[in-house]
Amino acid sequence: MLGRLSLDAIPYDNGIIMFAVALMAIVGVVAVGSTTYLGKWGYLYKEWLTSVDHKKIGIMYIILAFVFLLRGFVDALMMRAQQATAGPGHSGYLPPEHFAELFTGHGTMMILFVAMPLIIGIINIAVPPQIGARDVAFPFMNSISLWLTYAGGLLIMASLAVGQFSTAGWTGYAPFSEYPANPSTGVDYWIWALQISGIGTTLTGINFLVTILRERAPGMTLMRMPIFTWTALITMIMVVLAFPALTVALGMLTLDRLFDFHFFTGGMGGNQMMYINMFWIWGHPEVYIVILPAFGVFSEVTATFCNKRLFGYRTMVYATMVIALLSFTVWVHHFFTMGQGPLRNTVFAISTMVIGIPTGVKIYNWMATMFRGRIEFKQPMLWTLGFILLFTVGGMTGVMLAIPGIDYKVHNSEFLVAHFHNVLIPGTIFGMFAGYTYWFPKAFGFRLDEQWGRRAFWGWTIGFTVAFMPLYVLGAMGMPRRMVSYSNPAWTPWLWVAAFGALIVLYGIACQVVQLLVSIKNRDRLADLTGDPWGGRTLEWAMSSPPAEYNFAVIPTVHGIDAFMEMKEQGTAYQQPAEYSDIHMPKSTPAGLVIGAGAFVFGFGVIWWIWWLAILGGLTMLASVIWRACTDDVEFTIPAAEVKRVEDERFRKLALAGQRGDVIDTGSRGRMPFGGDMTGLHPG
Amino acid sequence: MQSLTAFYTAGAVGADERGLIAITAVLMLFVFIPVVSLTLFFAWRYRESNAEARYSPKWSHSNLLEVFLWGGPIVIIAILGTLTWISTHRLDPYNSLASENQDPVQVEAIAMDWKWLFVYPQYNVAAVNELAMPVNTPISLHLTSDTVMTAIMIPRMGSQIYAMSGMRTQLHLLPTQTGDFMGKNYQYNGRGFASERFHARSMTDEQFKSWIKKAKASGQRLDEARYAELTKPSQPEGVTYFSPVKPHLLNYVIKQYHTGSPRNRITRTAER
Amino acid sequence: MATTDASMHDEIQAEASQGTVVNFGFWIYLMSDVIIFSMLFAGFVVLSTSYAGGPTGRELFELPGVFLETLALLFSSLTYGLVMISLRQGNKRRVQGWLLVTFLLGACFIGLELHEFLSLALEGHGPQRSGFLSAFFTLVGTHGTHVTFGLLWILVMVGQVAYKGLTPAVASRLTRLSLFWHFLDIVWIAVFSTVYLGGMYR
Repeated sequence: MLGRLSLDAIPYDNGIIMFAVALMAIVGVVAVGSTTYLGKWGYLYKEWLTSVDHKKIGIMYIILAFVFLLRGFVDALMMRAQQATAGPGHSGYLPPEHFAELFTGHGTMMILFVAMPLIIGIINIAVPPQIGARDVAFPFMNSISLWLTYAGGLLIMASLAVGQFSTAGWTGYAPFSEYPANPSTGVDYWIWALQISGIGTTLTGINFLVTILRERAPGMTLMRMPIFTWTALITMIMVVLAFPALTVALGMLTLDRLFDFHFFTGGMGGNQMMYINMFWIWGHPEVYIVILPAFGVFSEVTATFCNKRLFGYRTMVYATMVIALLSFTVWVHHFFTMGQGPLRNTVFAISTMVIGIPTGVKIYNWMATMFRGRIEFKQPMLWTLGFILLFTVGGMTGVMLAIPGIDYKVHNSEFLVAHFHNVLIPGTIFGMFAGYTYWFPKAFGFRLDEQWGRRAFWGWTIGFTVAFMPLYVLGAMGMPRRMVSYSNPAWTPWLWVAAFGALIVLYGIACQVVQLLVSIKNRDRLADLTGDPWGGRTLEWAMSSPPAEYNFAVIPTVHGIDAFMEMKEQGTAYQQPAEYSDIHMPKSTPAGLVIGAGAFVFGFGVIWWIWWLAILGGLTMLASVIWRACTDDVEFTIPAAEVKRVEDERFRKLALAGQRGDVIDTGSRGRMPFGGDMTGLHPG
Repeated sequence: MQSLTAFYTAGAVGADERGLIAITAVLMLFVFIPVVSLTLFFAWRYRESNAEARYSPKWSHSNLLEVFLWGGPIVIIAILGTLTWISTHRLDPYNSLASENQDPVQVEAIAMDWKWLFVYPQYNVAAVNELAMPVNTPISLHLTSDTVMTAIMIPRMGSQIYAMSGMRTQLHLLPTQTGDFMGKNYQYNGRGFASERFHARSMTDEQFKSWIKKAKASGQRLDEARYAELTKPSQPEGVTYFSPVKPHLLNYVIKQYHTGSPRNRITRTAER
Repeated sequence: MATTDASMHDEIQAEASQGTVVNFGFWIYLMSDVIIFSMLFAGFVVLSTSYAGGPTGRELFELPGVFLETLALLFSSLTYGLVMISLRQGNKRRVQGWLLVTFLLGACFIGLELHEFLSLALEGHGPQRSGFLSAFFTLVGTHGTHVTFGLLWILVMVGQVAYKGLTPAVASRLTRLSLFWHFLDIVWIAVFSTVYLGGMYR
């Protein structure tokens, strides 16, 4: 009846895990309790859970990412504490299995449930308005993607309380991840968390690919698209091409584990090298999937805060394309030490290094954008500068690792750990923080507090440096990754330094939490009445903050790169049209939520061999899809009068901003108080 | 300083790799220093409050500059690419290493949970968790795994290579100093991963001869039954010697994964 | 009156452009499915000689049965073409009729495939026997699963045609089902030549 699930599955004996479970339970009870107390269930359901609005879906993605960032970071702190205290003669406070769950969970969560939702969330918030669209091409599918991602995340959360998580590392190398070596539910939780959220991501890829190619405002040719949209487009092409490879690799591993197939097993004709190849055929493009949108954010931020056009727009676009293309041709560099012969290693090594060329060009272009600019050191720009300085180190060590002769020496060591954190933290995470602080006022209507933002930036930058530079040294000392304890006394001081660095990062994260709270408290003072708090260049800043449900009352017409900047320069940016027309928008639907719930139930059932539950979950998903496929009435109309009411309110706010003396960038050399020469604002 | 295994090496391969690391690091500085210093300079020079600095809000293209921006990295990668081509062929772990008037010592290494078995077919001896190597003599390792995927590595000696069940990989080493060096599996393989390590002892020819004698004197025969016993997950404290050893043990282990029998050594009780 | 006409026209335009956007999205989905099948083919090729002492394709495959399967699927593609012609003629009855014929041929295909799978498994040549057989069952089975979902989709569309008639939305869905069905046909031709012919004449 309950498969292999019994009360023994709950790790009562592990105090740390039980503490975490209790904490999770308390947070859950408080959330449910306060929603009930405030009577907000209806609001939550109607406005958020069933919403197909890309802006709300984006926010929900980012909430998920921040929850997992906290969890993944706690794992990191625990690992640092363990390694600092588990030197010669000591065993630290964690048993090896728990440590293995930590490094597996940390990697899985940080890549799949922090980096990915951050990227998809920010793309959701920024891309449709950047191309002058009212929504994505498939709003309902967007909701499915979101809830599939949540279902995957929930499985990871569930693994904490019921059963355990995988011990096989975030890459889950077979045959260690196969049933004979790893029969517990951990690997299954890992598989289904990735599988379910991965399918959601594939759908996101299809959705945004079509959105960007088909839903652009009139006049926005491909070569006039904002650079962030370009990186999003290329990223989504990569998602559509790469994620199915993960689906297949995980599917085969599932068949091996559940039904005794022999894809990757040690004997019986299985081929363990095939797993590694298939995993990295997805895994390497995935690295660029999480980095390219960050590059896009840096480009937008650099141009905006240097108050200058982005240098080499075309070069940036081509460089992104080249990186994307090459990223599919380098996967072997993850296993130079598999014995495949010098010629193959050389070919993959050189293709890896060649990626350094377009990446280097991008960095030079950002520098050239700063050259002869007027740089405002607001939070997004600080993250960008931190990125350029630190990422260059990561790029250098990346080129070193790309040389097989060096890789033979430092593969599987802390040097490798230092390298990929050195590209992913300053690259992806700083990029997403830059995007978060940059687009936050657009999503919520008020800016994030600068002071706390600066503190967070310094916490992360200094903390990162102190935490990860020692790992390069440890790598050169031959310390392998994933060590729960060790006997070499020379490593201990460096590990203490690294642990201290993690504490500085903790300070940075704490500042971000405080920043959010302080900003909510001071939201009136930080309010963005104009919709253009930074002197933006692209169309999303032409909307109010937060935008109306329909984004644009009238779809703008685009004449060049930096469409909004051009409108401001020509004085057409704030003209209220004489009349509005009806707007058709997609209706909310619970189907996405139900499909996500079905996916969670299905995954849980398969993990624990509770087949009736799995079938129930599967049928729920199937029934929702069929029900939805038979529904024709999926849109509703916002009448022109309602649009006029909302827009009148917006223009009243703009006038208020003018009175308040908010400055608005008119795109010319100087800046002038709002309303100064913005005669278009008052058509009457 | 000795703890910096990447630089303080005791083997010929390691010394070669050290040189490669140094050259690459220096080349990379040609990128790193300009980027960091110019970024900091631009950030300071073109700060908003500096009204003296020139401001060109529309300047966004320059063919000449683009040539340099693409050209610079292309030149550096071309140099590194050439270096890679040469060094990868030279440092291929499958290359046998030449040494004056010394035939290589053949070693068959079998990875287990959580220990290594080293077989010396030329001498009909074997040892668990001790790899004895006569100094200045090429060592030719043939590896396989009788468990999950593992990776052998002696940081002070040279390269790392995977060992996988049903397959044979190779690694060649040439110790240039005597000493007792740490060797271990670098690929996570479960509970015993962290505490598993073996002694890689580089010794003089005389010491090696007496090492062989000591192993031969152990009197423990390594036949099929004893081998099966040995493969059970365990973490032996000391070193165990065997002699005589079942001939062609490595092939025997590899072949077991190619028969149709469902026997599969990669079976272990639950991790928890 | 004139304004109503204009807005009607706009609506039809909007409907049509929405249809092309969805079709484009469906094409992209099919591309991602191509990647799924490419990975499965790659896996099959890697494991195509990993018999682990078990039987080879040559010993197992019975081409006459597979040939029959192939015929059923190819003819179902033809009959689906007739669905689309009837749709263009606006003949609701015929659309339903040809959909049902397509369904029957598809069901024949699945029946024959299940028969092959079951007889192999009962002879002890199930997917657990070797890497080769795992890859065989998975590749062919994934295609079969796609066909099964296609069958379900056909049934849903028969219902939609009955209840809603040949509305633009229904017609647009029939177009995408047609893409899906022909796509599965193409994949099958690749399966037939790689797995069966390749296995026989290795």
